[in-house]
Amino acid sequence: MTISAQPQAALAPQAFKSDYKPVWCPGCGDYSVLSSLTKAFALLELQPERIAVVSGIGCSSRIPAYTTCYGFHGVHGRALAAATGLKLARPELTVIAAGGDGDGYSIGGNHFLHACRRNVDMTYVVMDNHVYGMTKGQPSPTTEPDWDSKLSPGGTGMRAFNPLVIALAAGANFIARAFAGDPNTTAALIAEAISAPGFSFVEVLSPCVTFRPEQRDWKQMVRAAPVQWTDDAARAARRLMTDDGMNIGVLYKGSRAAYRTHVAKTSKRPADLEEEFRI
Amino acid sequence: MPHGTSERRTSVSVAIAGSGGAGVMTAGNMLLEAAAQAGYYALMTRSSGPQIRGGEAAAMIRIATHPIDGTDDRYDLLIALDWMNINRFAAEIPLGAASVLVGDPDQGEPPDVFVKSGARYTPVAFKAAAKKIPNGWPNMIAFGLAGALVGLAEETLASVVRKSMKKGGDALAGSLAAMRAGVEAAAAIAGVPRIGAAPPQTARWLVTGNQAAGYGAIRGGVRFVAAYPITPATELLEWMAPALAKVGGALVQAEDELASINMILGASFGGVPALTATSGPGLSLMIESIGLGITAEVPIVVVDVMRVGPSTGIATKSEQSDVNIALYGMHGDAPHVVVAPNSVADCLLTTQWAVHLAETLQVPAIVLADQFFGQARAVVERPADVAFAGDRKTAPAGAESYKRYAVTASGVSPMAIPGTPGVTYTADGLEHNERGTPSSQAADHVAQLEKRARKLASIDYGTHWADVEGEGDLAVITFGSCTGPVREAFARAAADGVHARLVSLRLLAPAQPTRLAAALEGVRRVLVVEQNHTGQLYRYLRSEYELPGTVTSFHRPGPLPMRPDEIHRQLIEWSRA
Repeated sequence: MTISAQPQAALAPQAFKSDYKPVWCPGCGDYSVLSSLTKAFALLELQPERIAVVSGIGCSSRIPAYTTCYGFHGVHGRALAAATGLKLARPELTVIAAGGDGDGYSIGGNHFLHACRRNVDMTYVVMDNHVYGMTKGQPSPTTEPDWDSKLSPGGTGMRAFNPLVIALAAGANFIARAFAGDPNTTAALIAEAISAPGFSFVEVLSPCVTFRPEQRDWKQMVRAAPVQWTDDAARAARRLMTDDGMNIGVLYKGSRAAYRTHVAKTSKRPADLEEEFRI
Repeated sequence: MPHGTSERRTSVSVAIAGSGGAGVMTAGNMLLEAAAQAGYYALMTRSSGPQIRGGEAAAMIRIATHPIDGTDDRYDLLIALDWMNINRFAAEIPLGAASVLVGDPDQGEPPDVFVKSGARYTPVAFKAAAKKIPNGWPNMIAFGLAGALVGLAEETLASVVRKSMKKGGDALAGSLAAMRAGVEAAAAIAGVPRIGAAPPQTARWLVTGNQAAGYGAIRGGVRFVAAYPITPATELLEWMAPALAKVGGALVQAEDELASINMILGASFGGVPALTATSGPGLSLMIESIGLGITAEVPIVVVDVMRVGPSTGIATKSEQSDVNIALYGMHGDAPHVVVAPNSVADCLLTTQWAVHLAETLQVPAIVLADQFFGQARAVVERPADVAFAGDRKTAPAGAESYKRYAVTASGVSPMAIPGTPGVTYTADGLEHNERGTPSSQAADHVAQLEKRARKLASIDYGTHWADVEGEGDLAVITFGSCTGPVREAFARAAADGVHARLVSLRLLAPAQPTRLAAALEGVRRVLVVEQNHTGQLYRYLRSEYELPGTVTSFHRPGPLPMRPDEIHRQLIEWSRA
């Protein structure tokens, strides 16, 4: 990370918020996540032009334009791929990928697995509300199997996806769970995720008050994780497999070195590459 | 009859076939290198069975006294170390009554398909002869035989053997002895034409189209590549991996084509010229995101090394059937650039040009290469240096009230690069206003559609839009790997006193109606030549261009390469009409 090397004066969280009015419903958890994200940037004394927020499609994926950072609002499900390309091409930037559970775990599920494996030094913030909100209420991979909807009457019958366990198994180097209703803790967790080397994954429980109003109860259900994070993947797996999904905090920190692209032993001018073709 | 008395020709074609482990590719490559060393032009294509490793294979080499970009109508010589599954390749190795067929009698009789051609058969006991030579192998006998029959000097053949077996020792001695046994066996075989005197020496390369395209990309400024393996584009990516690292760039292997296209969009958004290479199935997966590149105005280059489609099709064979998807694949009104190289060497220029166009116009560019060039290895004139480089218009720091998608006269608007203060913005696939704010307003949609369309007309495509050659009131319009065979057909027709014009389109999109009209002025018949089942280029030309006189479509699908005779016959027929 090159954050400390920046000479500019530290900015307030507000300096990272754009003047665009979000499309989100009143009461949406994503407002708090936006606040937490900008607070994290301020905490780390970053400059907006040295941050890129990359997203796919969905309610939460609108977040890049609500910041004053560089933003990339791409196609559905491919935020992690675009973020990976950006970070590898411009390693000095702070790269945040952000989006929802449908974008990240369903259409983008393959990229999630491989981003964890690849362990590029970037942070992935998923605003998980267990529903497709932009298309008005269809079950996502984290939706309970019996949740009734127009598209899947009586429920999908599919087991809910456990993103943290999957991230751990696939190799993510930093895993945390946050709750949108506690923006200060979320800001601290995102800041820690950005500072951690390699691929950092922050799953934020972010209620959808429109299609999942019962998620208002999350406020009473969440708690600080009862134990300190572990660097032991087996122990972390056991905890993540057995908790009720409401433990908030850093849950796993690994020690894998961040991904680097191949560096040649010798450097050449482009014009010299033709040597191998000459007869 | 000593081979010294054989006819001398400007082009000789040889195929060497055999089953897995027989080493026919090694022998073929060595023949290609020997021809290069002796000062000839040459081109080698290959064919192999479906096995991942081993399996029957054929190396097809054409040696010529002049530059060549395609295969000839027939092979003058087929050497088969055995006949295992050779029927699979029979159609790719057309023989005639003047051809010479050499096979190992201990491996059985030549198959009917070759016998029927009337080719003269001579048995050579490769396996038995190789057994008598310590460390000798049948493929080295075949190499010596082929080299001697086409008229390459024994010393040239020996130097290639030495070069390819740098360890020396018994293995080298065995290979040299086997090669010499082949040269001796040649004395008993008549009827193979010898190649004429080598042309004057010029600077030349031995290169594949995939390598040339990769090098063109680097010359154009590409410094980021995302790669997902797919036949026949893999070698382009594999060549670029170490080469990019040497020039300070980066290549990452992606988990799928959806990832690779989005990785390059991310890298290019970050200001680094970026490319991926794929083939039809991968291009299909990338299409949605190429549309993102168009709307968000992120320059990228996608090389499509076309293979036989649709679906998995025939992965190792050429077909020019991705014209439609490259031109029309995107949903919405999506102006972009499509270019097509028309020779192995031109893969360099065209890919370099594609980078230049993409960067200058802030638009995705698709390079429609094809398997024939991609995987052909050829001796070519060293391509001329061209100055095309990435020329992206960027926004300076703190530009007053910066508008990323400003509606400018040219349509091109300065692009802020992350890291630049005061001009941050969000690149968006949603329709947007000039600032980049998502907008569903009709006026914004129309203004941005027109801006994006206008960009493509804002640059001078110069003389590179097509190769235009020849005179006369007959014309052939073609592109890609059909160009070489069309040129040969023209040379033959000229010998018959029939002259025609060639337009080999390098720039497929945006269409250049004014330029084509000028190129075809006075033409009364047009033949559109392409290698696909439905005449995709013909249909595109009919929709975008006013073509003069009678227009005929000559199209047929792969996997067999277009051959000069097919086009020559059409020209002669016309000239009599």
